[in-house]
Amino acid sequence: MNLIQWAQSPWGERIPIHISWDLLWAAAIAGALFLIAHAIYVGYWAKPVAESQPDSKLAAAAARVPERVARHSFGARAFHWVMAASMFVLLFTAFLPKVGVRFSWVTIHWIAGIVLTISVLYHIIHATFWLDFWSIWPDKQDILDASRRFQRALGKAASPTKKFGKYPLENKLFHLSVLFAGLAVIFTGFFMMFRVRTPFFTRNPYLFGDMTWGVMYVLHGLAGVAFVALIMAHIYFAVRPEKFFLTKSMIFGWISRGKYLEHYDPERWPIDEGLSEAGQSKAPEVVI
Amino acid sequence: MAVIRDVIPAFELFQPATIEDAQTLLARYGTEAWVLAGGLDTFDWLADRIKRPTAVVDLSQIKELSGIRSAGGGLEIGAMTTLTEVVRHPVVREKYGLLPEAAEAAASPQIRNQGTIGGNVSQDARCWYYRGGWPCYRAGGNICYADTPKGMNREHAILDADRCVAVNPSDTAPALIALDAQMVIRTPRGERVVNAEDYFIGPGTDITRMTILRPGDLLTAIRVPSTWAGAQFYFEKVRDRNVWDFALVNVASAMMTSGSTIEQMRLAVNGVAAHPVRLKAVEAAVLGKPRNEETAQLAGQLAVQGTEPLQHNGYKVPLMRNLVKRAIRGVVGGEAA
Repeated sequence: MNLIQWAQSPWGERIPIHISWDLLWAAAIAGALFLIAHAIYVGYWAKPVAESQPDSKLAAAAARVPERVARHSFGARAFHWVMAASMFVLLFTAFLPKVGVRFSWVTIHWIAGIVLTISVLYHIIHATFWLDFWSIWPDKQDILDASRRFQRALGKAASPTKKFGKYPLENKLFHLSVLFAGLAVIFTGFFMMFRVRTPFFTRNPYLFGDMTWGVMYVLHGLAGVAFVALIMAHIYFAVRPEKFFLTKSMIFGWISRGKYLEHYDPERWPIDEGLSEAGQSKAPEVVI
Repeated sequence: MAVIRDVIPAFELFQPATIEDAQTLLARYGTEAWVLAGGLDTFDWLADRIKRPTAVVDLSQIKELSGIRSAGGGLEIGAMTTLTEVVRHPVVREKYGLLPEAAEAAASPQIRNQGTIGGNVSQDARCWYYRGGWPCYRAGGNICYADTPKGMNREHAILDADRCVAVNPSDTAPALIALDAQMVIRTPRGERVVNAEDYFIGPGTDITRMTILRPGDLLTAIRVPSTWAGAQFYFEKVRDRNVWDFALVNVASAMMTSGSTIEQMRLAVNGVAAHPVRLKAVEAAVLGKPRNEETAQLAGQLAVQGTEPLQHNGYKVPLMRNLVKRAIRGVVGGEAA
């Protein structure tokens, strides 16, 4: 299987034109295998993780935690669902024609791309200026705890790990993957709009050379198929019973006090004392 | 790009005697198979070494694909029936005069003797960038060389362009749409019958194909219903060379009138988009109207709404408008009414 499809330009150069569409199936199979492996691991091998949390601290935290802990503001939830909708439209319009479902997809695709771009721009500005920008990036504690969890999974002795901050390491790594894949499709997709008829640009297929265009199409395709696997994993975790409270929080905006105390470290995800149960969180907030 | 025309690369040639055998071969070779009808489209591709199939399935030995038969009050024309047979068939000439007129406008007598009606409606685009082997959208690439600032696009699309601006070159296609014909397709899952206008697809739907045929599918026959038998027909093709050329624009219409009032009409043009275009808005607008100059003007204006000419094919807009006007005005016995 070739990863990239090549062609000969009119000037005799060998140029990439796009990815091999077999990669779509490779991504889907890889995603499915990951889900199956994870489900088997969690079901048969995973052991409860010992986490350290001094009782006195837990009691003190519990005393000031409201019944409903705000996790995602309305703006963040709206962003998530708009992004999700646009992403589904983008993936369906991109890949259904590749598997034989014929329909006129290009206009729908670029309109969904614009919706995605605007929603991501909103998210970047929102996260940069109104939220704790760094809360979604892996920190030293995440790496340390991940290392300890891994050692324990291998049967070795390791110190207890801390509970998570607002976003577990897996969540942060997923966000990072989506960030790179998302920026790749948006950046390349923006320029690819110069090749189709839209009300925004005068078509100019000679904006770049054949090789540059080819690389752009390849990047766009690679990021696109990466999203297939990423979204399969995202949906899988969203519907897993132990994670479902997080999915509900993306709809209703809050998690219960019990879930908060069970899964999160109040030091790493502090709750604002003045927080109301109406659910306006001032805590760091990144949505994925 | 250098084009080598000396020897056609080797391929396995099959000449099945039945449709079932042909389908078995097509299923065996999948996308590596090439269906050969009259060969007028095929041999350009093979000689230029742009298409390199592993297997060529020649349909010429399948008797059931040839000939014109009565069916359901109308006609069933086998896909391998030559254009000359269509032109000369007495019933076709008597009742469906639009079709022989369109078929006779295709290419030259020699080509019509060899070319089939199935091949004529299923032939590939004639865009020279595409036929020249350039890696354009239609060839699986990511650019349309004809739709560039310096592209040579005098013969290209003014409607429904979606990245690719190639046009459908068939003369019989708009006539079959006007006659409300149906295409009979044998697929691996069984027989499928589709309206002629749904047989053709644009680049937005599938940029690498001109028809709904997928690998493994065969167009076996074309059914012309009796609905429009004996109606008033109009066909006109405008081309650079009247002796032998593809249409710049062609128009086909079937009309039923009561006195001078248009009661029913079907109208299609080709050479303006990657698929023949049925002008439904024009059909609706002229119903119940007198067949006169005013209606023709209205139809002509309506027909070209939404056209988007490229740098060098702006002339197609007035050409299409005028052909539609002439179709409304109509002809009687070959003379302008």
